[in-house]
Amino acid sequence: MTKQEILAEDLAIRSRFPLIAGHPEIAYLDNAATTQRPDTVLSAIEKFYREDNANPLRGLYALSQRATDAYENARENVRAFLNASSTEEIIFTRNASESLNLVAYSWCSAFLKAGDEILVTIMEHHSDMLPWRQAAERVGATLRFLECDDEGLITEEAFRAALTEKTRLVAMVQISNVLGVENDIRTFAAIAHAQGAVFVCDGAQSVPHIPVDVQALDVDFLAFSGHKMCGPMGIGVLYAKKQWLKKMPPFLYGGEMIEYVTREDATWAELPHKFEAGTVNASGAVGLSAAVDLYREIGFDTIVRREQRLGRLAFEVLSANEHIHIIGAKNADAHHGIFTFTLDGVHPHDIATILDGDNVYIRAGHHCAQPLMQFLQTPSTARVSLAFYNTEEEILRLGECLGQIRGKMGYGD
Amino acid sequence: METRSFYNQILTEHNLRPANKHPLEGANMELRGVNPSCGDNITLQLRVENGVVEDGAYVGDGCAISQASADIMLDLVIGRSVDEALHLSKLFLRMIKGKVTDEELEELEEAGALQDISHMPARVKCAVLGWHTLDTLLDPDAENED
Repeated sequence: MTKQEILAEDLAIRSRFPLIAGHPEIAYLDNAATTQRPDTVLSAIEKFYREDNANPLRGLYALSQRATDAYENARENVRAFLNASSTEEIIFTRNASESLNLVAYSWCSAFLKAGDEILVTIMEHHSDMLPWRQAAERVGATLRFLECDDEGLITEEAFRAALTEKTRLVAMVQISNVLGVENDIRTFAAIAHAQGAVFVCDGAQSVPHIPVDVQALDVDFLAFSGHKMCGPMGIGVLYAKKQWLKKMPPFLYGGEMIEYVTREDATWAELPHKFEAGTVNASGAVGLSAAVDLYREIGFDTIVRREQRLGRLAFEVLSANEHIHIIGAKNADAHHGIFTFTLDGVHPHDIATILDGDNVYIRAGHHCAQPLMQFLQTPSTARVSLAFYNTEEEILRLGECLGQIRGKMGYGD
Repeated sequence: METRSFYNQILTEHNLRPANKHPLEGANMELRGVNPSCGDNITLQLRVENGVVEDGAYVGDGCAISQASADIMLDLVIGRSVDEALHLSKLFLRMIKGKVTDEELEELEEAGALQDISHMPARVKCAVLGWHTLDTLLDPDAENED
C-alpha cells in the first residue's frame, strides 16, 4: 500500500470511532485493557432501548418478542463469528472472567474429584488462574503450572511432559496479555483430549485480533469479553461444547433458567438459557453483535495486516531505544501487537504518568499476571497494546515521548 | 503540562541521589509499608531517643514518587521531636488532599514540591507511602485517615 492509501484507510476506520475521531491528540495504546467503541455499537445499544426494549424471553407481547429477537439474533451472530455448531453453545456472560468462573464452578463441581489435577500455564491472566485454584481447593484437587521459556514459548514436548494421567482439565490462554505470544491451541487441545482431559481456552486477547474457529481448534470451552473487541463493557461470551453443557449443573440460579419449579424441586431450562439466570444483558449482546458486524465489514485480512504492520513498527521503535527492553519474543509478529517492556532506571508507573502528560496512554503494572511477572523476575512493566485503528503516527509519537523520559527523570544521557 | 509538573528537579534529584536510602545502624524502630496495588514498598528505620528523631533512613523499591517522597520526608523530620514529625506528616497528608494554607505549605519545605500530585488520584498512594509509614510507626494507636 502507498502511504496515501494507508492514511486514507486510517481515516476511514478512525472516523467510525467517536472518541478517537473527536480526540486526535490522544494516542490510545492500551487496547489489551479495553478498546474504543465504534458509532454502530453505540447506536445499536441506543436503538435497542429506544425501539425494542422489554424483558426478553418472557413477555407474551410483540415488544418483548422484538427484544427476544434482538438478543437471540446477537447470539446467532456470535455463533457464526466463532463458527460454533449451534447457538445452544453460546452463553452470554458479563465478561471472560465470568465465563471462566462458570466453567470452574459448574464443570468442576460435577467432574473434578479429590486427587485430580488441573494444568494451567504460568502466563495465564489471574482470571484464568484463580478460578481453577479455588475449584481445586474446594474438592482437594491440585493446580499445576506449566512454565514457558524466556520468549514465552511452550513446546509440545513440555506440554506432554506436564500432563499426567490425573490431569482432568487444561486451561490455557491463546494469546498472552503480557507477552503477546500465541499458544498452539489446536495442537495442545488434541494432546489434552488424547489424555482424557478437557481443554479450556482463554480467548480474551485472541478473539479480537485473529480469526478464531472453535470447531477447528476443537476446544471444549472458550471465553472472551466483548469490550476488548469494540463491544460494550458488561457482555462476555462462553463457548462450550453442547455435550458438556447438557451434563453440567447451572452456575447461577433464578429467573429465566428454569422450566418448572415447585417448593421442593425444579427442572432447568433448555440450553443455553440454563446458564443465563436472571434478566439478560440484551443491549450488551446487541452492542456486541454490532461489533461483530464491524469486524466482518473490515475483515480479519485487513485487521491482521494493519496490526502486523503497526506491530513491526512498534517493535522497531522500541528496539531502537538502547534503554528499552522488550519482554518475550525477539520477532515482532510473535507479539500480536502486545509489547511489554522496561526502561532502564525509570519505574513503569512513572513512564505511564509521564506519557499521560503527552496524551499517550499505555498500561503499567503487573497486568493481572503476577505469577508470570515473578517467573520473569520483572515485578512491574509498561505495556503498549495495539488495535487495528491505531496509526503509525501514534507509534512514532510513542517512540519520541519514550525517548525523552530519562531526560525528564534527571538522567544526563 | 500539569501531570508533568511534579516530575520536577526536587523529585528527580531525591529519586536519583537519595541521601537517606540505606540501612540504618543503631535503629530502634522499624516498619515496612507496602502499596499492594502497585508493589511500591519501603522499610523505614528510625533512631528515636528522648522523644526526638535522632536519625532515620529507608530502603525499598518503587516508582520515583514513592521513593523520592520518603527521602524528602526524612530530610524534613530528622532532628525534630516526635510530635513535630507527626504534625508534619499530618500536614503532608492534608496537602495531598489539597487542604493546606500557604503557611503550612512552607512548613513542609521541599515536600511541598509534591503538592500537584493531589491532581493525580492514581499516584496519591505513591506519594503518601512513606508518610503513612512514619505516622503508623510513631503513633501506632492513632487511626490513619486515608
